[in-house]
Amino acid sequence: MFSQQAEKRIDELLAKYPQKRSALLPILYVAQAENGYLSDDVMEYVAQRMGLTYLDVLSTASFYTMFYRRPVGKYVVQLCTNVSCWLMGSDHIEKCIERKLGIRLGETTPDGKFTFVEVECIGACGGAPAMQVNFDYHENLTPDKVDQILDALP
Amino acid sequence: MEKVLSARFDIPNSHTLDVYLQHGGYRALQKALTEMTPEQITEEVKKSALRGRGGAGFSTGLKWSFVPKDSPKPIYLVVNADESEPGTFKDRPIMEKDPHALLEGMMIAAYAISSHLAFIYIRGEYWYLKERLEQAIEEARARGYVGKNILGTGFDCDVIVHPGAGAYICGEETALLESLEGKRGYPRIKPPFPALVGLYGCPTVVNNVETIASVPPIIVNGGDWFRRLGTEKSGGTRLFAVSGHVERPGVYERPLGYPLKQLIEDCGGVRGGRKLKAVIPGGTSAPILTAEEAETITLDFEALAAIGSMLGSGGVIVMDETTDIVQATYRSIKFYEHESCGWCVPCREGTNWLVKIFRRLLRGGGTERDIDMLIELSDNMFGRTHCPLGDAAAWAVAPAVKKFRAEFERYVQRRVSVAV
Repeated sequence: MFSQQAEKRIDELLAKYPQKRSALLPILYVAQAENGYLSDDVMEYVAQRMGLTYLDVLSTASFYTMFYRRPVGKYVVQLCTNVSCWLMGSDHIEKCIERKLGIRLGETTPDGKFTFVEVECIGACGGAPAMQVNFDYHENLTPDKVDQILDALP
Repeated sequence: MEKVLSARFDIPNSHTLDVYLQHGGYRALQKALTEMTPEQITEEVKKSALRGRGGAGFSTGLKWSFVPKDSPKPIYLVVNADESEPGTFKDRPIMEKDPHALLEGMMIAAYAISSHLAFIYIRGEYWYLKERLEQAIEEARARGYVGKNILGTGFDCDVIVHPGAGAYICGEETALLESLEGKRGYPRIKPPFPALVGLYGCPTVVNNVETIASVPPIIVNGGDWFRRLGTEKSGGTRLFAVSGHVERPGVYERPLGYPLKQLIEDCGGVRGGRKLKAVIPGGTSAPILTAEEAETITLDFEALAAIGSMLGSGGVIVMDETTDIVQATYRSIKFYEHESCGWCVPCREGTNWLVKIFRRLLRGGGTERDIDMLIELSDNMFGRTHCPLGDAAAWAVAPAVKKFRAEFERYVQRRVSVAV
């Protein structure tokens, strides 16, 4: 189901911990990188590989916000709207992103390129307002900066 | 102003082993492994009055001393790098600019508690820091500072960096351990405490990043030296993460007991010369302070506790006179509602009801009774939940309502309303 490289990584992770189940979160990251999101089939496969049940995997995967159980865009734009970012104008940035992408919070662009979501504090309060695009941090956002960041994504 | 934790932050390539060694790196580990017993290390850390920097402020040395000396089971050290308290971003520069300070502290702590496997549980969003830490571990392992036979002393300890995946509750030590075991991050009932029954049912010490990074200077310079930097009961310096309406937000290292007013001035003061309205002194779970309280308070565990707040995680959020306290508090409670793990009723339902009442107020449909209900609900949550998340939510709300009631009443009187 996965690439050879991903299978190798899963083997490494399973060998790394004193108890195999500890590798579940790191393996779910590998699975998500392979598939884009954690479908039922993917979770079933991870369960098999780890000697767990599908429900073991689902119960863990469904607890964490960074695991997607529905398809998402190539780029997940995650805007922080918590206190420090809100104080520094995240509401305005939210509107700018919505206008730029033509979608509302929680939606994906029709071409599947962008998903726009609201996240809780990402630990970038000193550079508020801030967002992450996939794993990349972008801080001290302004409307122009947001345009530049989104325009630069292939 | 003595820099202890941030001394290397501005040095180019400070994250590399060579630069770390050029600036006194791993001297503390050498001393600890060759000149001190585990008990002496723990005593030195107790003497330093180092208190946990993650939020709870528990004595670090005392926590280490709870680990049984004759455990037949393996003992684990877990570093809590799940920095998620809103307003808190002080562990980030340690891991980004000085990862070897964390690793050195970890090896000393592991030796003190007889642990041979340590973990860094890092929030998933900090993926680039996970990679940086893994690079640092590789460098340290290759040169004998981590892994087998450290510095030729026969002491072994390896490190695994483990990513979380987006759950604030996993910053609570027992929820973190559940997550590290590959489960949902539900907190465990305490006692038993992790020092006796922790990861995989084995004795485990869970310490915050900044706490552990404070250990090497304590070993090099002595516990008394560290304690004297701060106050009698809150030793040392700490990193304050200042955000919100200041001219120069960022991470500032200051001694414990430093005046809050001075810290705000060090950040260039309130933006645009505006007046201060309120300050949250220790991450959003720390009860809000009015401008008057902020005028005279010092940043240490005792002084803030005495006025009903707390130092918490050192995340200082500054709000100027333009801030709508009702909306700011709504942002806080919305966070706790979203992050409640759902395991226990007072927190799961309480945070949800608080959010609903806030929305009613903000939309202009609230009543005077709603304002009282915010306080009643908070009071009913406080102390009645399995873990401190419920307390945090209550503390984010009740003091704000009590101290800024007039702002809440403006909404009731329909003079303002916003779309939420």
